[in-house]
Amino acid sequence: MPDSLSKKEFTYCPGCHHGIVHRLIAEVIDELGIREKTLIVAPVGCSVFAYEFFNVDGTVAPHGRAPAVATGMKRATPDKIVFTYQGDGDLASIGTAEIVHAANRGENITTIFINNAVYGMTGGQMAPTTLLGQKTTTTPYGRDAKANGYPIRMSEMLSTLAGAAYIERVMVTTPQNVIKAKRAIKKAFETQIKGLGFSLVEVLSTCPTNWGKSPVEAGKWLEENMAKYYPLGVYVDRTKEAE
Amino acid sequence: MKMLFKGSEAIAEAAIRAGCRLYFGYPITPQSELTEYMSRRLPEVEGTFLQAESEVATVNMMYGASCTGRRVMTSTSSPGFSLMMEGVSYMAGAELPAVFVNVVRGGPGLGDIQPAQSDYFQATKGGGHGDYRMIVLAPHTIQEAVDLMNLAFDLADKYRMLVTILADGMLGQMMEPVEFPPMRDPNDVPEKKWALTGAKGREPRKVTSFDIDPYELEKMNLRYQATYKKVEENEVRYEEMNTEGADIIVAAYGTMARIVKTVIHMAEEEGIKVGLFRPITLWPFPYKRLNELADTVDTILTVEMSYGQMLEDVKLGVNGKAKTPFYGRSAGVVPTPTEVLDAIKKAIGR
Ligand SMILES: Cc1ncc(C[n+]2csc(CCOP(=O)(O)OP(=O)(O)O)c2C)c(N)n1
Ligand code: SF4
Repeated sequence: MPDSLSKKEFTYCPGCHHGIVHRLIAEVIDELGIREKTLIVAPVGCSVFAYEFFNVDGTVAPHGRAPAVATGMKRATPDKIVFTYQGDGDLASIGTAEIVHAANRGENITTIFINNAVYGMTGGQMAPTTLLGQKTTTTPYGRDAKANGYPIRMSEMLSTLAGAAYIERVMVTTPQNVIKAKRAIKKAFETQIKGLGFSLVEVLSTCPTNWGKSPVEAGKWLEENMAKYYPLGVYVDRTKEAE
Repeated sequence: MKMLFKGSEAIAEAAIRAGCRLYFGYPITPQSELTEYMSRRLPEVEGTFLQAESEVATVNMMYGASCTGRRVMTSTSSPGFSLMMEGVSYMAGAELPAVFVNVVRGGPGLGDIQPAQSDYFQATKGGGHGDYRMIVLAPHTIQEAVDLMNLAFDLADKYRMLVTILADGMLGQMMEPVEFPPMRDPNDVPEKKWALTGAKGREPRKVTSFDIDPYELEKMNLRYQATYKKVEENEVRYEEMNTEGADIIVAAYGTMARIVKTVIHMAEEEGIKVGLFRPITLWPFPYKRLNELADTVDTILTVEMSYGQMLEDVKLGVNGKAKTPFYGRSAGVVPTPTEVLDAIKKAIGR
């Protein structure tokens, strides 16, 4: 088990990708040798306990405000490595202003963004990332663009900002994808270590519980539906020009 | 050496001298000069100034900065303070020290940009959610505001609490000669054994405002209450003027108390002996001393630039021992000394 994970047992549902992503982050922190100077800002949502799962100093931000909290931490102690871990309700809805402005300032922090197209913790309500036609507890007839607007593509949107140094979208459905995801997370942390500016990795993730699917079905649904609307890939990489 | 300074700027300079090197804020009248002063001055002392995208972001940046153990502050005016309440509640729950300056203007809503005291309830009774308290200091001159900055940061660190300087547009905008205390070394603060500094050679530290288990959360809440009790026992502050043998005592704070000081002299000429009781800490409120004073006079008149907000605390202190009439204006209207004198005469039947 990576040093950077604590002994606390994950509280996530079977088949949920939060756990896989946690492990990848911990491995990256270990490999970069930054555990003793890393600070985590955990969100509100299913991953609210993330601060306990990592063997690093940490806190929990109010819903959506993690980028502002991380900004305060980083400005106060620029020698620390600060990362936020946020769901799509957190980052793409209540906290849109905070993430946009942290990215636009080129705040030298790293954000891991878990996009599972739904509000997990509060019981499966619509998220800004919910796909058109997708049923949730607050879109019981399926998401309708006229009534609820369109699913928001955060990586694309944030990559238009000059302060964003590195943004990539990944998923963790297969071993190959996991390897790519880890590479992206590592690059994001390296971007911060080198002081190059804002970095974000969006991870398309499952929520079998609220999607009403088995873990295997959920993985399949993610690949066949979410990955179509939210294409994988690097959206911005200014790390070369910045170096 | 005394220097002529605008209120907002004097408060900013005093904060820097108190060892504050981190300021986050968002412009709002009538205190934007404080924000602007910080943007000029902090870089000179290797500090950090950041104009946030909103007051919501501001208070959360303070949350993050305070987590690292460094002294941090913001300043705002009423609508901005309202927006900060989410973070205020979270910081109170996480026992994070920080200093807020609220230069109060007329409300509710967008209101106006004139001086008012109508954020008293919000500052002293909550505003954010949950059972929390913050220390509230109410200066009545620019010099006092300057002197209270050191105290504000020290109290915040000592009790791991939020401290608000409750001023008003008048104090923020006027100019007065002030004497500043010497510059303090920002590193010369007591070690914060809870601060997030990286888990080097120790167990990781966690700073949070929550526990999902109600019994554990209750324990946290009882800890907050124990702290608040200590503050109530040790940190009550007030000023008295002419209260001995007074015909009437007037309770007032901030700019309003300053007006009462003028009225005391006007009343003297008419043969009325007016005493002033001026709370400096609005929380903890000086209930005990007010209760003692209620034994010495028939009437304690409350005057405020709001409609009876402090009056509720005065009544709690007096506890029925004396009459508690009230005179207040609000919405940015500052009562004239003559109006206050008339209210005094009315209260004692002259
Ligand atoms: C101010 C505020 N509004 C609402 C909530 C309730 N709430 C808790 S978690 C959550 C949604 C989280 O969804 P997401 O960020 O997608 O994370 P997930 O649970 O899916 O991992 C909401 C609305 C809250 N805690 N605070
Ligand atoms: S509810 Fe969904 S997001 Fe939350 S832990 Fe369960 S599967 Fe994961």
